[in-house]
Amino acid sequence: MFEFCTDPASLEGLSWLACYLTTGKHMAFYASFGTVLLLLAVILPTSLLFGFAGASAARSRFWPLSILGKTYSAIVRGVPDIAFFLFFVIALDQAFEYVRHRALCPDWSEPVRQGNDFVVCTAAKLPLSTSPAWMHDAYAFFLAVLTFAIVYGAFAAQVLYGAMRAVPRAQIETAEAYGMSHAQAFWRILVPQMWIYALPGLGNLWMIMVKATPLLFLLGIQDIVYWARDLGGTKQARFTDYPHGDWRMYYFGALLVFYLTLTWVSEKVLDRLTRRLSHGQATAAGEAMRRAGA
Amino acid sequence: MSCLQTIADYGLRSIGIGERLLPRSDFTLCQQFTLIGSGMIWNIYFGVMALAAGFFLATVLALGKGSRHRIARKPAEWFIFIFRGSPLFIQFFFAYFTFLSLKGVSPVFDPFTAAWLGALIVLFFNTSAYTGEIFHGALKSIPKGDLEAADAYGLSGWARFRRITFPTMLRLAWPAYTNEAIFLFHATTLVFFSGFPAWQQRGDALYYAKFFADKTFNPFVPYPILAFYFILLTLAVIALYGFANRYLNRHLPQEARRRLRIRLNLIR
Repeated sequence: MFEFCTDPASLEGLSWLACYLTTGKHMAFYASFGTVLLLLAVILPTSLLFGFAGASAARSRFWPLSILGKTYSAIVRGVPDIAFFLFFVIALDQAFEYVRHRALCPDWSEPVRQGNDFVVCTAAKLPLSTSPAWMHDAYAFFLAVLTFAIVYGAFAAQVLYGAMRAVPRAQIETAEAYGMSHAQAFWRILVPQMWIYALPGLGNLWMIMVKATPLLFLLGIQDIVYWARDLGGTKQARFTDYPHGDWRMYYFGALLVFYLTLTWVSEKVLDRLTRRLSHGQATAAGEAMRRAGA
Repeated sequence: MSCLQTIADYGLRSIGIGERLLPRSDFTLCQQFTLIGSGMIWNIYFGVMALAAGFFLATVLALGKGSRHRIARKPAEWFIFIFRGSPLFIQFFFAYFTFLSLKGVSPVFDPFTAAWLGALIVLFFNTSAYTGEIFHGALKSIPKGDLEAADAYGLSGWARFRRITFPTMLRLAWPAYTNEAIFLFHATTLVFFSGFPAWQQRGDALYYAKFFADKTFNPFVPYPILAFYFILLTLAVIALYGFANRYLNRHLPQEARRRLRIRLNLIR
């Protein structure tokens, strides 16, 4: 990166470090922090969507739907989330391929599961073996996002279900007295008001998600954990211009600091958000703000 | 090979007793049930040991965080912040590589790079931090009247802590502490997926579940088996903690007793 980096063997001290920290691989390492933040930015809305669907289903008056919604949010309580990650990544992949196999190769006669193999026709492979490398990366990331969304959607469903029940019953009754239908009362009264009740739980969910991002590594994404292991490992002078011993401890120390900063900042932001959303609400905090303002 | 034979061979495989070689092909349902169940030994070992030891450190941390003295408060606050603010997964990696580096300094650190001790220490610190925060919250919400009553009876210092503060703190913290225990057991599945190696393929339940899923390329059998075992474990934890909860609340009138509510407010 810098001009003086052309001959790494002659470098000493700080300039060595400056060159070392700006190698191509380190740039990929820094970019992977972006991957983590991108993942967070994508999974928050998607898992909220899953959670909202789950919570609405759990509230449904149609009992099979309500059972489905409740089971969805209950199952993650009993089983470790990491088991879900490992499960869904393969299961979703196979499900997509199976559906495509059925649609694209109708005259395929052999069974899909042959002993220990899962065989679909070439046209049904995801991504296609002819597609470029970035497609493979994108597909892996897509699967990871979907897995995260399903798992944390269940957590969100739990939170939103509680929040919907926390909105005072009188609010809905008033809506009904004005002649609103069930759907109207849900969308115009319940949904706008539930967020303040959901916020503590959603804040928790956010923290949970932040701390779950290193699990991307288990889903086969080249994330910060992958790079920290790769870059920190002992490097021989024969294979690299920048030989060093086992530095993985320092790399993971840096990751630890990154996550501590992230959670610390999130905590501060959530505090402010709570105060902002409490404004004008029929809760103790909202009442206190009204009194203070008056 | 009959199923009983498989259980005899693989029932204790995860701690190195019985057949050394793992099955290679023609995986039967019985083999999957047995090996994943055998892996549960590790999950239970990590969970029980970390909880048992963590209970005491958590009490100390809670008292430290609630202390009026800076010297006691700051270290407890930092300890709790560091272990609650970062992912357990990263903590495992960091601890493993730190122990690996320390191993070069002194052979004393040899056992620390093995999961049975190294990972246990991380889990112990981690659960202490989470439980410490729960206990601290409970400590702050002890009814003022209870403490005033203790004063009126002339209790102070150790006697007051032993007979009033500590039991009330436990009683208030118990529902949240039950959650913590459940999620700690779930967290034990991370051990063999972080830096800590599974020596001679002696891993925990998830390790064997993944082994089967990778070999058969069929996730629909091993993971539900794992889920089955974990649901059993979760129910056992709830039953045990519920028993303790009833014991802690036995002096209260029926309607004032706090029921255990399992909530998802904790994860690492």
